Amino acid sequence: MSKRTDSNLYTLLFAVGMVVVVGFVLAFLAEVLKPTITENKRLEKQQNILYAMGINENEGSAANFVSTEEAPKLFKEYIKKQLIIQNGEVEEDTTAYLIDIKKEKTLAKDADYDRRLPLFVGEKEGKTYYIAPIRGKGLWDAIWAYIAMDENMVVQGAYFDHKAETPGLGANIKQRFFMDDFIGENLLSDGRFKGINVSKSNADPRNQDKTDNEVDAIAGATITGDGVSAMISSDLRLYVPYFESLNK
Amino acid sequence: MALLSKKDSKLILDPLADNNPITIQVLGICSALAITAELNASIVMAISVIFVLGVGNVVISLIRNIIPSKIRIIVQLTVVATLVIIVDQVLKAYAYTLSKELSVFVGLIITNCIIMGRFEAFALGNGVWRSFLDGIGNALGYGVILIIVGFFRELLGSGTLLGIEVLGNPVDKTGLYAFGYENNGFMLLSPMALIVVGIIIWVQRHKNKALIEDH
Repeated sequence: MSKRTDSNLYTLLFAVGMVVVVGFVLAFLAEVLKPTITENKRLEKQQNILYAMGINENEGSAANFVSTEEAPKLFKEYIKKQLIIQNGEVEEDTTAYLIDIKKEKTLAKDADYDRRLPLFVGEKEGKTYYIAPIRGKGLWDAIWAYIAMDENMVVQGAYFDHKAETPGLGANIKQRFFMDDFIGENLLSDGRFKGINVSKSNADPRNQDKTDNEVDAIAGATITGDGVSAMISSDLRLYVPYFESLNK
Repeated sequence: MALLSKKDSKLILDPLADNNPITIQVLGICSALAITAELNASIVMAISVIFVLGVGNVVISLIRNIIPSKIRIIVQLTVVATLVIIVDQVLKAYAYTLSKELSVFVGLIITNCIIMGRFEAFALGNGVWRSFLDGIGNALGYGVILIIVGFFRELLGSGTLLGIEVLGNPVDKTGLYAFGYENNGFMLLSPMALIVVGIIIWVQRHKNKALIEDH
């Protein structure tokens, strides 16, 4: 049986037609939705930064941001300064929170490039918070976080997120039981930067020891946990000179 | 039967048990292993697949007569991928929080062999309405197994259901944990999903001997 749809010409034309139609539909959709998506991402950054310094709507054990409507107002109200640290020099810039950490990390692979480090200074109830965005690798894809510290690099709050970690395992880094463990942990040990290790063997599930530079790991998420330790160690280390200059 | 004829309702009901895509046809196992560590993820995945398979089957059925047979698999793949990306983009714009939950599933839906399997085996040769029913039925059959596996893995692995601590708190030693009960961390790892699916297959064939294949 020879059908019209079996000929080579038809097959070729169909393939070309399909690619054009699908390509057009997807490109059109992406263009139309782009402004909304970019805006969502911008608001999310503000929500993340506010979350790290304890401005959130947490209820019970669930992590909840402030609403997207309120985020810009609260961001203005609580974030007093946005800094860019580049080659030891500190500059104020109100768009520092829009710096793409992923791009900066890629550019920084070139030894001649001075990486721009954004830092947000927030104030709440008379207390100053220094919030740094960090980024690293999990098991499947990127993981990132916003860490709020005081002037002695003691963690005051943390928000973790991920692109594609396994639900129920690595994805749990954005659950409160994991994030809240970081609060009170010191990034320094005897005055030197040590980071915080996500440890499987710290035998401290309630995390009462805040001076051990360790938090309890998540079962079944070893590689994600190691990624968290590595990203804290590599990215927050860069902020140490700034904190030293604060305490001089 | 007012709504569906007997033949049509069979399309929905068959895949739920006697022709289940996971336990009988052994399709879609990869995603069943990947995302069933908690019940919530299982439910989200089940709903996503119901949508994609339902709509996908309709689209394929609509264009079934013009698809060149030589490249039909590629066409099917393009249809699934396009549908999934459209949904993903729309959610990113209008339901951002939900889209972040789903992002992990996007890749898993595209590669789910049940979807390609139904396109190839059913939608290519059947009308739109029947294809739609077949898609929904198979996705439901898949979802049911996912939810059963997710239920046991989350309950035994983390002692929670949908994030609620139903067995007490393991750190504070309340509820069951006060009597020395421990979570089985092994349940959270993928091999246990395979074993749970295996147990379901065993129970199902024990109940209905007709399902046992002879080799």
